[in-house]
Amino acid sequence: MIPAAAPTRALDAPSFSSGRFRAEREADWIAFDLLLTKLEKKGAKALTSDELLQLPLLYRATLSSLSIARATSLDKALLDHLEALSIRGYFLVYGVRETRWSRVRRFFLYDWPAAVRSVWKETIIISLIILLGAITSYSLVASNPEWYYNFVGEDMAGGRDPRATAEYLQSTLGHGKAASDGESGLHVFATYLFTHNSRVSIMSFALGFAFGVPTMMLEYYQGIGLGAMMAVFSGKGLGFDFGGWLFIHGTTELFAAALSGAAGLRIGAAVVFPGARSRLQAASQAGRIAGKVMIGVILMLFMAGLLEGFGRQLITDTMLRYGIGTLMLLFWIAYYYIPRREDVT
Amino acid sequence: MSAAAAKANAKSRSARAKKVRQFITPEGVDLELRIASSGLRFGALLVDLILIVLALILFSLVMLWIGFASQSDITMVVWMLGAFLLRTFWFIGFELGSRAATPGKRLMGIRVVARDGGRLTADAVVARNLIRELELFLPLMMLGVGAAEDMVSGWTMAAGVLWSLTLSLFLLFNRDRMRMGDLIAGTWVVMAQRVKLDADIATGTAGDAMLFSEAELAVYGIFELQELERVLRGKDARAMREVADAIRAKIGRPVAEEDDVFLLSYYRQLKARLERKLLFGKRREDKYASD
Repeated sequence: MIPAAAPTRALDAPSFSSGRFRAEREADWIAFDLLLTKLEKKGAKALTSDELLQLPLLYRATLSSLSIARATSLDKALLDHLEALSIRGYFLVYGVRETRWSRVRRFFLYDWPAAVRSVWKETIIISLIILLGAITSYSLVASNPEWYYNFVGEDMAGGRDPRATAEYLQSTLGHGKAASDGESGLHVFATYLFTHNSRVSIMSFALGFAFGVPTMMLEYYQGIGLGAMMAVFSGKGLGFDFGGWLFIHGTTELFAAALSGAAGLRIGAAVVFPGARSRLQAASQAGRIAGKVMIGVILMLFMAGLLEGFGRQLITDTMLRYGIGTLMLLFWIAYYYIPRREDVT
Repeated sequence: MSAAAAKANAKSRSARAKKVRQFITPEGVDLELRIASSGLRFGALLVDLILIVLALILFSLVMLWIGFASQSDITMVVWMLGAFLLRTFWFIGFELGSRAATPGKRLMGIRVVARDGGRLTADAVVARNLIRELELFLPLMMLGVGAAEDMVSGWTMAAGVLWSLTLSLFLLFNRDRMRMGDLIAGTWVVMAQRVKLDADIATGTAGDAMLFSEAELAVYGIFELQELERVLRGKDARAMREVADAIRAKIGRPVAEEDDVFLLSYYRQLKARLERKLLFGKRREDKYASD
């Protein structure tokens, strides 16, 4: 049987065979694999200039091998390997083209303010909603203090309700004798405020895709609590002091809250009114802008937490509180809305 | 019977094809990315959550120890910040890396890619992961709110939980297995397994022992060839015996040789035959297709 096999085999063997193809190209694949592993583990800096020059060549060789293999080979293991290698190579070769540092720099100098600028309409809408909430509850509580209990929960009020005396209310603002008690826990308090507020902001952003309705409700609710408190304090003649107590961190915090709402609203609006784009496309474009805004919001809330935890407890002079709050507000407005040169190009 | 089997085969092939998305590189090659299944996604999430909890426990213990040693409440601050960062930036941090996958995703062999074929940007990663916060915690929050407030009846609570669950399980309701976050960030999660380059079993000295006739080779197509390859690479004696017996019965050969010798010879000659046909533009998907 075996002698008879030899001539038939010679006749059968085509001049091109997938075995020969593999034998010829295999070295390239292995080299590419090793190079990718090195790149993944140690980064582009670890590669010599020779290896860097090799990278695109080997990548293209692998892709061309994949095309040939798909057309000629039926070896599943080979096809799977080439496919996986090409996908891995593609994302590394065409992946990040910037260093981490330059990405961070660009984010702070251009991307963040530009993203915030581009949601200016939504920011105004959300600010008005917060204001509306505050006015609603303020006028209601001012005319009938009983309303207060509907707006502010027992645990959140902490005794700051219409029944409280003016002295007690004043002490909660950091004036008078009760103020100096809690200083040792300041940083814990500040951290707690920061993490809590971030949670709320992330929620108000994430709820945006439900056509922005829950976002607006959440922001309205924030305004309600604010207005009710304001009415209680101003009813006792402490309105000005309460303003300072709120203003020092509130400009940053409420700005951040408005921006997170605006980011959510942008997504909701893109889903409802996609315009000429497809709904999916509109949502993903809005999502990317909103993502940038949200990194900024978390950073702003961090600042607000610091101001609230340290600044507010250590600085008790009302005028100084107003001054710092105003300064922060001006800083944010200038940072976001003064046009940059990069925008033009 | 065979018509039904042919239909089933074709169906499973088209099901597999439905998972493949065109993804053309600038060189003009379609990478044919495959969408990761919901099971893999869930597995990856589970692994990540377990890792986060473990890291959190470890971190808490260390902080507790330092806190007792130093008697300062600054450790409390570090703990709160650390827990917040861990929870919020675990996913973001890992997905910003060059492999665009959290440890859980790496384990499952999946990764995140931008749907438009461009590079995965930081804002997309942030957007898709901040939405995760909502998807994970909204159902829990609904439960919590429902339990806390007496006026909310059981049915209202159930409706709330159901509503939030449809958001969380959004990926089950679309073909691309996109979460809410994927939808908004413009991303996909696709298969990115590493596949070792296995030895070429079609070359070498062993396996030329037998010769099969054209008619004997003509009974199978590509699907059967690749199943045979899987069995040969698996090297499981019982599976090889079963497959060898099935082939022998089909082509009417007596049991004369060792199973592995028989299978290897048959595999090589079948592969050579089908590849030759492939070069001439004839792709026979399975044994039900015409030769």
